[in-house]
Amino acid sequence: MGRMISYMEKDTVVHRLSGFTKLLFFIIWCIAGALTYDTRVLVVMLFMGAVIYLVSKTEWKQVSAVFKAIIVFMILNLVFIFFFSPYEGCRIYGSTTPTGLNIGSIVVTREQLFYELNVMMKYFTVIPAVFIFLTTTDPSEFAASLNMVGVPYTFAYSVAIALRYIPDVQDDFTRIKNAQEARGIEMSGKAGITDRIKRIASIIFPLLFSTMDRIDVVSDAMELRGFGKKKKRTWYSYRALSLSDKCVITFIVLFFAAAMVFTFYDGNRFWYPWV
Amino acid sequence: MYDMEPIIEFKDYSFQYRSQKEPTIHGIDLSIFPGEKILIAGPSGSGKSTLAHTINALIPCSYPGKSQGSLTVAGLNPEKEGVFGMSKHVGTVLQDTNGQFIGLTVAEDLAFALENENIPQDKIFEKVDEVAEIVDMKDFLKHSPSALSGGQKQRVSMGGVLVDDVEILLFDEPLANLDPATGKRTIALIDEIMQRRDLTVIIIEHRLEDVLYRNVDRIVVVNDGTIIADEKPDELLSGDVLIEQGIREPLYISAIRHAGMRVKPEDGPKNIGDMNIEPYRQAVRNWFQSVKKREPAEKKDPVLTVKDLSFAYDPKEPVLNDINLEITRGEMVSIVGRNGAGKSTFASLICGFYKPVSGEILLNGKDISPLSTKERGEKIGFVMQSPGQMISKPMIREEVGLGLTVRGVPKEEVDRRVDETLRICGLYPYRNWPVSALSFGQKKRVTIASILIMEPEIMILDEPTAGQDYRRYTDIMEFLKKLNEELGLTIIMITHDMHLMLEYTDRAIVLTDHRILKDDTPANILTNEEIADKAYLKKTSLYDLAVKCGIEDPSEFAERFIEFERDEKGSDSWAG
Repeated sequence: MGRMISYMEKDTVVHRLSGFTKLLFFIIWCIAGALTYDTRVLVVMLFMGAVIYLVSKTEWKQVSAVFKAIIVFMILNLVFIFFFSPYEGCRIYGSTTPTGLNIGSIVVTREQLFYELNVMMKYFTVIPAVFIFLTTTDPSEFAASLNMVGVPYTFAYSVAIALRYIPDVQDDFTRIKNAQEARGIEMSGKAGITDRIKRIASIIFPLLFSTMDRIDVVSDAMELRGFGKKKKRTWYSYRALSLSDKCVITFIVLFFAAAMVFTFYDGNRFWYPWV
Repeated sequence: MYDMEPIIEFKDYSFQYRSQKEPTIHGIDLSIFPGEKILIAGPSGSGKSTLAHTINALIPCSYPGKSQGSLTVAGLNPEKEGVFGMSKHVGTVLQDTNGQFIGLTVAEDLAFALENENIPQDKIFEKVDEVAEIVDMKDFLKHSPSALSGGQKQRVSMGGVLVDDVEILLFDEPLANLDPATGKRTIALIDEIMQRRDLTVIIIEHRLEDVLYRNVDRIVVVNDGTIIADEKPDELLSGDVLIEQGIREPLYISAIRHAGMRVKPEDGPKNIGDMNIEPYRQAVRNWFQSVKKREPAEKKDPVLTVKDLSFAYDPKEPVLNDINLEITRGEMVSIVGRNGAGKSTFASLICGFYKPVSGEILLNGKDISPLSTKERGEKIGFVMQSPGQMISKPMIREEVGLGLTVRGVPKEEVDRRVDETLRICGLYPYRNWPVSALSFGQKKRVTIASILIMEPEIMILDEPTAGQDYRRYTDIMEFLKKLNEELGLTIIMITHDMHLMLEYTDRAIVLTDHRILKDDTPANILTNEEIADKAYLKKTSLYDLAVKCGIEDPSEFAERFIEFERDEKGSDSWAG
């Protein structure tokens, strides 16, 4: 099991941007994606997302596992919308156009299908943004950026430190799991669900204790080197905003404004071509 | 040199943890002068770590309690200054080199203390480069901790405290997690740093012989919370303090003792290379002749056969290549080699945690590849390094019986076998105790018992004695030896402890560069400079002693020395 969606050092335009810029871009992008139901805006974002994904040289194997999980979740989401709220589209767009297809007592309408298409597109605009952000942002530089925008450094640093020790805890987990399996405590599908839950406890406790030991060492080590001594701290990995950062920030702010104007100018965030 | 003011001064100092009834250290009078290098030695639980952590103020600031008497460090009172205040004067390198690596890269970790001081970034860059140069990590600035070896991580830890212009460097068991060759380099590096900067160095360590590889000004022996001896190394090695306090003395000193001689301080015994051996030469030679030769063990059936075994995560980077070996029933074997040589991977393949890329593993002549991890676990038991990584039940009986319980063995049968196993392991008196009430060594026995109860044919132990002092080491190893002799259990140990391989195993398999470099007796391996170098081991000092005494076969000398000590231990170990 590799380390999924973690930062990987590469030399691309996206990697060179400051963590702050990427965070800002990511947040604004997600807000835009969440607010708009304008298919035209979503198409533009989808296209932009794809381009940035390619430019950032994010590799499929870095993200594939998580991507699949999200897709499963998305399909569930779409199915639930369909069965629990089958006429949501009609309510939103104010019309009902049956497609002639019925599933049980539910009449499948063009409005509902179009609505769900939009929901799906929203997923696809946000997903690459998450991936690109996580795989191109150096965590410590990101922590520095957070601190620069006013987040207390103790909190910002906890992000970086978590990322530092997650692989160690993963290794501990694998080692403990192997040794317990050798003792006959089966974790695989062969055991029943209640047994499995009980047996997971035989990994969790040793893991918990070894993690607590780790925390003791880390907190001693941090204190011995003066962490938390002063109100402010500097960052080795902080990068000042460059010209391209400023361009990107300006662009995303303008894009957001434009997308919102485009979405809302008729007083409604939904767009329906067949009116 | 003692006309200056001491940089550290304890006066009738004592400290009692809040949770303890008795002071952990008491009546401490100790002066350490600027520029000195002091070794603090003592068995586990002697109070040596408590003593050290009063200097950097972790005690009492992080571990509260009550102190009496006075302590001055660099003219300050650590209790008043706190951990932050003292961190400007005392740099502490902890034992766990991985745990104290805080940054995501080498450069960030080196910069950590400076960042916390709110020093401007350009100054940090300068200082990090300077320190990286000192600890020789300049080419690794962008590496993450997972890409570094234990020794490299330790260099980073040293660099991380050197960025502050500290006056005192404090090392808490710096050798505990390192292979012998890396440990040797660490000791040399400490010396180099002392020459470049005016530093006072305090090393807490029980691996005396390894620290004495370079000069040490004084050795302070601590036990039962108080200072037992504070002497120059030459004097200390000439006395009986080390043996009385359960600290291992250098092997060449033991050999001279066995030859019926006492070393004298004026012969410079602290370093075998410089020691004047003339007065002892004849006695050692006579003793060598008198000790009986070791009987070669009779050859039994192979229990484990490994044929052309290879493993890789990525086909381009093999982890193990073409491993061929045969282990005989009832053997005690050590697998040695530097960190990352593939020792753990080898054990994981045997236990079935990983699947080999090619080759086969036979148990009693039968291919075990169709067996699941669980099924293999019944024949080949695996004991992890730290008991905390294995123990999952609160009570001893439950923990030991777990392997049988989950296999659906009836309760009466489980109870019977638990009792039997606890008796073998000397844990029967504690059978109804909670695990948490046991000492480290007893917990280790519980983990061994929990494997033993399944009656495996082979037991693999990962670093069974890492970080243990001489007494615990002897305790654990004598116990394993007993299991080996009385139950005929085949024992395979992954280790980088040279004493362990020399004293307790008849055969050592050296892994280097993903293959078997040598499969021979430990005495032969540890007296062969070329092999020892390649495997990141260190030639044993018995070799140097033999050569200096003009003994032609140093390997035979080492062999007989071990045989002699085994006989001695066999006669008295189970009493203590």
